Amino acid sequence: MLQRSSPAVAKAHVTQPLDPERRYDVLVIGGGNAALCAAISARRSGASVLVLEAAAHFYRGGNTRHTRNMRCAHDSATEILTGPYTEDEFWEDLKRVTQGHTDEELARYMIAESKDMLTWIVDQGVRFQPSLGGTLSLGRTNSFFLGGGRAMLNALYLTAERLGVEVRYDAEVIELEIENGMFLSATVKEASGTSTVRAAALVAASGGFEANIEWLKQGWGEIAENFLIRGTPYNRGTILRMLLDHQVKQIGDVTQCHAVAIDARAPKFDGGIITRLDCVIYGIVVNNQCQRFYDEGEDIWPKRYAIWGRLVAAQPDQIAYIIFDARSLELFMPSLFPPIRADSIEELATLLELDPAKLAETVSRFNAAVQPGTFDPDNPDDCATAGIRPAKTHWAREIDVGPFYAYPVRPGITFTYLGVKVNKEARMIMADGKQAVNMFAAGEIMAGNVLGQGYAAGIGMTIGSVFGRAAGRGAAKYARN
Amino acid sequence: MHATSALTEADRLMTVCNSCRYCEGICAVFPAMEMRRAFSDGDLNYLANLCHSCGACYYDCQFSPPHEFNVNVPQVLAQVRSESYEAYAWPQFLSGSFQRNGLVISIVAALSVAAFVIGFVLFRDTSVLFGAHNGPGAFYKLMPHNEMAALFGAAFLYAIVAISMGVRNFWRDIGEPAGTLVQGSSLWQAIKDASTLRYLDGGGVGCMNEDEKPTDKRRLYHHFTFYGFMLCFASTSAATVYHYLGREAPYPWYDLPVVLGTLGGLGLIVGPIGLLREKFRRDPVLQDGKKYGMDVAFLAMLFMTSLTGMALLLLRATPAMGLTLALHIGIVFALFITMPYGKFVHGFYRFVALVRYAKERREL
Repeated sequence: MLQRSSPAVAKAHVTQPLDPERRYDVLVIGGGNAALCAAISARRSGASVLVLEAAAHFYRGGNTRHTRNMRCAHDSATEILTGPYTEDEFWEDLKRVTQGHTDEELARYMIAESKDMLTWIVDQGVRFQPSLGGTLSLGRTNSFFLGGGRAMLNALYLTAERLGVEVRYDAEVIELEIENGMFLSATVKEASGTSTVRAAALVAASGGFEANIEWLKQGWGEIAENFLIRGTPYNRGTILRMLLDHQVKQIGDVTQCHAVAIDARAPKFDGGIITRLDCVIYGIVVNNQCQRFYDEGEDIWPKRYAIWGRLVAAQPDQIAYIIFDARSLELFMPSLFPPIRADSIEELATLLELDPAKLAETVSRFNAAVQPGTFDPDNPDDCATAGIRPAKTHWAREIDVGPFYAYPVRPGITFTYLGVKVNKEARMIMADGKQAVNMFAAGEIMAGNVLGQGYAAGIGMTIGSVFGRAAGRGAAKYARN
Repeated sequence: MHATSALTEADRLMTVCNSCRYCEGICAVFPAMEMRRAFSDGDLNYLANLCHSCGACYYDCQFSPPHEFNVNVPQVLAQVRSESYEAYAWPQFLSGSFQRNGLVISIVAALSVAAFVIGFVLFRDTSVLFGAHNGPGAFYKLMPHNEMAALFGAAFLYAIVAISMGVRNFWRDIGEPAGTLVQGSSLWQAIKDASTLRYLDGGGVGCMNEDEKPTDKRRLYHHFTFYGFMLCFASTSAATVYHYLGREAPYPWYDLPVVLGTLGGLGLIVGPIGLLREKFRRDPVLQDGKKYGMDVAFLAMLFMTSLTGMALLLLRATPAMGLTLALHIGIVFALFITMPYGKFVHGFYRFVALVRYAKERREL
């Protein structure tokens, strides 16, 4: 890793040792959007709040660092949103992407609450802007954070600190004391040593377990070794594991997650948005046997990008190659790594270590199947193939104008859905169906309640904000009584 | 291939940033970047001079150090920017003055002050130099108005010519047609953007200087400095007009040149002190460490100009007036002749970069 010393980063965030006698009203474990929304709402409800963030100051905020927008319902256009997005439309979208694998009551509650989020989150110092260049299709539904997720975090942390929320970095919770659905204390490991924190209520907002490859393997098998993790290396699911071991009810299964196909050259962790590739619809995608395996032109990219992670995961060695020609090179957003380039398909295959004859055959069979049509890069057009399987139903053009290009892609796991079950208050539900006494959850750790499978852009942040705020409110209310 | 390692690094960063775009709402640099897919030296020099160094993109970036992508846009663009000052300097053989700029400016200032002191001593009677003078024409007993006007007029003219040639070099490098500079709407937009420092505010959140908290006051201090400078300039212009109308300096305290000069002078004291203070507090990771001297020298010269001018106002009726005058006009003379070879040029390159940006935005 390239390291450059930065005083801002290295600046020691001098913290006093934890006071063993102190009992907080609310303990928040985690440091991302959900955790901060919980901490702020609990504090605004009058509770004393401690936030324990396992990561260092720079890496604070988990996957929120990599986010850029949230999806909220709204009844009319605003300064930053181009048109209305009703609760019903949001619900229809969610039902479609999850194929019904969602809890309707919770989902509808979240959608209704999301309306108010647009102003609440601004009141916490977060600023929005119109959709970013290259993301026009989200301009109506999604509100983008000015400066991205880390700017959002900076604003939330600043607000939390001004309100008097105590935040500790490099503070990893290694044990939870829970009795009959009641949280009693947490054991925290810090550089200075291990200590115990007591609080009247707990909010677990510590993310999913996608950085824990061993856990992923329990569902995916050995192929999980070939997955790339798009976000924070800190989301190892340790708190989630402890909660499940303490009889909190599990929701979702290990293999469900938000997974996209990202550049195979990306780092194992934390590559973020810039390794994403938006060119699938303009080319063909082959596996390492040079075979196509799915309709690349099924729908506009934002509606389909979240299925490609699983599609590539199902291919031999979990790798695939997007192949396109010079005509498509500038139709999509640039990404971090340049495409691999060659003057012929055979030469391209050699560079990709694929069988040149096989790739050439796949491309020429595809080219022969392309029917005449009017190409429209921005809308589903009438350019389709005939007589091959899988068909390419839109944007099908011959790949015949050199130079030729390829991006190698692997599954990139964004976040996992297996989590703890909660109710509308964000209160955890125990394995026996009873409500937990004083334990709440928000964010990725409970995303599976709403997202049984599939994904829609910006919904992770909606889950985090809505249930974070609810969890903070609920925890503070419990602590006061 | 790029001409320098800073340009190569800037190209790498712009490739990273263009794949991300989270910062596009912060300032003009990122929208300008998005209009391109590849970055020539000229493109990078344009983007670097468009950057106001507000720092927000560094603290908002999920890839800034210690992340392995090591994205530090403010620092790298600051390096590219100072290299570009050197590359555009006219005449080229003086470009080396940017290398150890703090030292060069200090030496020029010292020599200039010394020259005026020595000149006064050699060419004026000691009784004139140390005498108390009152009434119209007091200053000109030390240096006749026409001599002063000719010397400073020539120095100022030289500065204008040299800076114009630099701007011409910049304009050619970024590949922009000359016609853009006379486009009324682009010019007007740039005047508005520059005079309000629209892009020195982190997109509305505020600037960042010491850490991720938007507590920076550079925008305010820059306003003090810039408008202070303009008021001083207006004061001098008014005095020149007065002179040719037959009214000789010094003027009473309530008269236009003195009022403008005093207000401007206060701005030029408060502004540079504030900017220096912010500079000393600035997170070193944001700075091009090699150009610290250039920035400090520029602020120090503006501060000294004002300080000596104010001293002159206070001491003008005393025997100290002669030496104070030598000190003041020595500093001002040095400020003029070093304008094309120091931080002063940033305003010109940034302004014309904003003109181009206004045009690009409109044509989008």
